[in-house]
Amino acid sequence: MCESCGCGDSELVPVELQERILSGNERRACHNREHFEEAGVLAINLMGSPGSGKTAVLEATARARSGLKIGAMSGDLATDRDAFRLRAAGIPAVSITTGSACHLDAELVHRALHDLDWRGLDLLAVENVGNLVCPAVYDLGQAENVVVLSVTEGEDKPLKYPVMFRKADLVLITKIDLLPHLPGVRMDALLDNLARVMPDPRAIPLSAVTGEGLPLWLNWLEERHHARVALGTNTDWHGLPRTDSARP
Amino acid sequence: MHEYSIIQALVARVESEARARGASSVERVRVALGELSGVEPDLLVSAYEVFRERTVCHGATLEIRTVPAAWVCPACGGALARGVVLRCPSCNLPARLASGDEILLEQIEMEVA
Repeated sequence: MCESCGCGDSELVPVELQERILSGNERRACHNREHFEEAGVLAINLMGSPGSGKTAVLEATARARSGLKIGAMSGDLATDRDAFRLRAAGIPAVSITTGSACHLDAELVHRALHDLDWRGLDLLAVENVGNLVCPAVYDLGQAENVVVLSVTEGEDKPLKYPVMFRKADLVLITKIDLLPHLPGVRMDALLDNLARVMPDPRAIPLSAVTGEGLPLWLNWLEERHHARVALGTNTDWHGLPRTDSARP
Repeated sequence: MHEYSIIQALVARVESEARARGASSVERVRVALGELSGVEPDLLVSAYEVFRERTVCHGATLEIRTVPAAWVCPACGGALARGVVLRCPSCNLPARLASGDEILLEQIEMEVA
């Protein structure tokens, strides 16, 4: 009721909130993160364009027999193909079919955890929907964001999609066996572009076909997993010193 | 287009706030979007136009305050110019994003009887 004269008219009231709109997803992501940390599982959110080589990287990782127990969940709009490929490569994998959704969220990942025997794993790779925009907005509860960027996408992709690359803890530059056929793509220019959107840029160039760069990637995973186990439930370890081997 | 899922969360939050305060209508909703939030203001408006019908927001204006990205040095506090390598030229430390990644519901203006 209007308080100035008591006339009974309604009043326009401004309500200050300053709330994060995606706080619901962030709460569910924290819940997932607690599960992963308690079980000592390194969860990575693998993102990248459709066709950048996310599944191929995971297949090569699975076939490398690194000693890490690996499992995966694959986000896909319509099919079960990626999870099928990963199972064929020898690791347990479930698919998350999103229908029309362009990204995974923490709730979808949480539900998929019920379909995968993930507690005994060292590494849980969550392969996001192929998309260089939307997945960057949603925390899933992962410890690390890994962005897959193939050289065929061109050296200027980081500048065009700064939101995705800003959130990356590591960028895998894939399909480097094709570089001789791509005169317009220079690795030094690509790394310089990454440094303009990532404050602490780290990248590993690799080829899932020839295996070049794969040992660096496996070392990185093992290192992150050891850090995970060593720190137990102490959470934020993003600030730890990082190795120079993977620095561009 | 994840803007729909953001609008869905936004409208649900506005509805619960309006209900809690016994509002008869919602007139205006103000959100802040950072340049590096990953949310496009135009797409958010389109999603809002489609979604708001038959919700408490049907008559409410969506106001978007955009926040430019600001990178600073975590040690000296110096601001970095746009487009440069994100490392402080004096301290040689990785820069920190001081603002520009917000996806915030800032204010709701509602009619309360």
